[in-house]
Amino acid sequence: MTDLLALIVAKYNYWLYVILMMIGLYAMIAKNNLIKKLVGMNIFQTAIILFYVSIGYKRDATIPIIQSAHGGQDAHAAVIHAADYINPLPHVLMLTAIVVSVATFGVAMALAVRIYQRYQTLEEDELRMRLVDIGPEK
Amino acid sequence: MDNTPALIVVTPLLAALFAGLAAWIKERLSYPIALIGLAVSVYSAFKVLMQVITSGTIHYRVAGWAPPMGIEYSIDLLNAMVLLIVSSIAFLNLIASYKSVARETSDRTGSFYTMYLLFVTGLLGVTATGDLFNLYVLIEITSLTSYAMVALGDRDRGPLASLNYIFIGVIGASFYLLGVGYLYMQTGSLNMADVATILSGIHGSSTVLVAFILMMIGVWIKMALFPLHVWLPNAYSYSPIAFARVVAPLMTKVMVYVMIRMMITVFGFDYIFKTLNLSHAVVWLATIAILAGAIMALSQKNLKKMLAYIIVCEIGYMVGGAWMGNQLGMTGAILHILNDALMTFALFLAVGNMAYKLKKVDLPDLKGLFGKMPWTMAGFVLAAFSIIGVPPTCGFFSKWYLILAAFEAGAWHFAAALVISSLICAVLFFRVFEICFFEPISESHGQKDGYSHVAIEEAPISMLIVSGLVSLSLIVAGLYSGTIVNTIILPFLR
Amino acid sequence: MKFLGFIVVCLTGALLLYGTGEFPDWGDPNSPASLHLSDYYIENAVDQTKVPNLVTAVLADYRGFDTMFETSVIFCAGLACFLLLRDFREKKERFYRHVPTGVILHVKSGKKVLKTGKEFEHMDKDWVPSDLIIKTVCRILIPFIQIYALYVVAHGDFSPGGGFQGGVIFGSSLILLAISYDLKTLVKRIKEKVLGIYAALGVLIYVGIAAICMPMGGRFLDYAALAPLVWDPHHVRALGMLGVEIGVGMAVTAVMAIIYINIVSEGRHDEGL
Repeated sequence: MTDLLALIVAKYNYWLYVILMMIGLYAMIAKNNLIKKLVGMNIFQTAIILFYVSIGYKRDATIPIIQSAHGGQDAHAAVIHAADYINPLPHVLMLTAIVVSVATFGVAMALAVRIYQRYQTLEEDELRMRLVDIGPEK
Repeated sequence: MDNTPALIVVTPLLAALFAGLAAWIKERLSYPIALIGLAVSVYSAFKVLMQVITSGTIHYRVAGWAPPMGIEYSIDLLNAMVLLIVSSIAFLNLIASYKSVARETSDRTGSFYTMYLLFVTGLLGVTATGDLFNLYVLIEITSLTSYAMVALGDRDRGPLASLNYIFIGVIGASFYLLGVGYLYMQTGSLNMADVATILSGIHGSSTVLVAFILMMIGVWIKMALFPLHVWLPNAYSYSPIAFARVVAPLMTKVMVYVMIRMMITVFGFDYIFKTLNLSHAVVWLATIAILAGAIMALSQKNLKKMLAYIIVCEIGYMVGGAWMGNQLGMTGAILHILNDALMTFALFLAVGNMAYKLKKVDLPDLKGLFGKMPWTMAGFVLAAFSIIGVPPTCGFFSKWYLILAAFEAGAWHFAAALVISSLICAVLFFRVFEICFFEPISESHGQKDGYSHVAIEEAPISMLIVSGLVSLSLIVAGLYSGTIVNTIILPFLR
Repeated sequence: MKFLGFIVVCLTGALLLYGTGEFPDWGDPNSPASLHLSDYYIENAVDQTKVPNLVTAVLADYRGFDTMFETSVIFCAGLACFLLLRDFREKKERFYRHVPTGVILHVKSGKKVLKTGKEFEHMDKDWVPSDLIIKTVCRILIPFIQIYALYVVAHGDFSPGGGFQGGVIFGSSLILLAISYDLKTLVKRIKEKVLGIYAALGVLIYVGIAAICMPMGGRFLDYAALAPLVWDPHHVRALGMLGVEIGVGMAVTAVMAIIYINIVSEGRHDEGL
């Protein structure tokens, strides 16, 4: 038990993000309203983004912008230690993931607007009943 | 410097952007731009295939940086074959779709072609890349364009089908991304070949196991393996026919390619079949998928939905073949990627012609079509024979490899499922033939819904030529199966 | 359904947590993720690309291919909103407000169109009286927001920033104009055709710069091949990165505005929030 506790304390950030992901996933599966499902999707994707960004953190390191290179001439002068700067790669990957998540959210919103225009409701059980009312499909 | 590998993916992207510009300035130019873009892509894919067959794997470093610092395209035989299939089917579909796009999306055809080209770019990029995160970005391009295009079809049900597709698709892609994250944590690299080298030393790690499971589940959701297939029938039957014709043959097959790439290149046969020993469970799952797809197809009254469930059944063949554990199984699965793409394309071409003229493709509406649309029905019959597995069409050969592989691995349930599903498909298609052939065309067709009597005649020439070409290629691919297996698949698996 | 969802979520969560057993500790500088690739980036990026901001260097140079496709993703989203929602039909009923007296006229069929001007003004169905304070403050703020956005795009190489961030800030200034005045002001100022062309042009700049490298003798996206074309060959990579970031900024600005206008007005581009 103390083993598990030590494990959690050392990696508590990952556990937090996994719990956040599961909250988002539950909302996507179990909620009835389409907008609540969309919010769940956003939570799920944001938790994944946070998970990745936390991979790149190094203790006692600063942001990945090399100060000594600003002068232009003395750019090659200073020696750069890798342990002084946090890992830039997860940040790059997550810039892409954020854009993808925003784009998907935009398209999903447009679809929700279309559904509302047609059926005047956004609850899934209502939609299912109204689909039966429309009759057989084309 | 030979830039042909990059041209395959970049030309449709450039064509998409020019078509997007043209849509605002002069809309009639979008279609020719799209045609030119895809034609250049097909030609480049063909050149690359020839080059890979003669001189081996091509390594193309995008931006000039060596992997793993930069992104690399490593194109071997499997890649090149799938690239050629994807680009040619997309090109042929574009030729056949001119009239139906003009009818279904009349005021925004330029934007439709732009989306179409972006979808094809995504598929080509997924196939060509050698980097795990690049794969994710391209899967998202493919998915996003398909979400948008599915919703353009049926006005009542399209948006809801697409929204459900979004939810499930996002879960799938996010699982894949999480899997890549777990892998990155343990290996520190994103390049497929690099990860494979590092992974060969850490087989026992729980992180790698969870990464593998997550990536597999993500890809299975995207390829609609039972029971994760719930998005597919609705999404494919309610989309516009021009789009259904290109997404049904291609998207799920490209995801099967991704699964095979993960299995062979990234994780390796040793890890999956020796360390993990999951192949029994997955072959059972594939068996259930085949039977479920075939049985659900029996209960459908709409032709498009029936074909969508047959796709679910075919995916079961490929997953089972790939996970069988022997070389015959993998050969059968890879050959089936090619064959199934052609068969599904031919089927949907025929259905598209019917839908263009009839406007509704419920089974009772197809009465007497043999008389009125003989060429379309000929194409449909050939494609149906191929799905059932009648020689010399190509469907027979890949099923033959899969049955041999099942016998060799001792998976009798898989072989039985193959045979049963072929019989069920035969029942399905002969039922359709009976309705089309024997029942006389009813006089009241078309009038019960209020619109005037639809003159049922043969579909336009452009659609017929493409349909005929693809149906002929089914026989050609069947006759040349031996050549294909020996030149492309077996050298790849060595 | 809720119970099934709960079971699935618990199983997935257990699987993910099981996988964290062998993770390196949080902040460990010797984890595999921090050793293999990122060391190379941190130590060599400034030498090779002359750009101090490592994230931009990796984003636009080493992994510029990813960023190109990411820009096309955001272009897809704008295009999808247009494709799905755009409604070109004329709205049937209109509301007009007689300015001197405040009387509101509701014209039901679309045939009679009153001339708007000093006497009558065309108003939205959910019309709210305009607030002088909000209008004035936003009118003063918007140019500064736009200058800030341009600054963020241009300084992406030296400080946190870049094309996406600057583009979003610029797009939000346009959305602020639409919110503080009304949607018709924005649509009248920036026509839909201009926004559509802008978005496609932005991505085309990115792909174009990358594609030009090919005939100049390099691989796709290899900025070093552009050295004969620029005025400072020593910094050719940094200049190439600046070019693609500008393209990205243009595309993101236009797409933000397109998505907002289409969703808020449900495709009709006449009234909204």
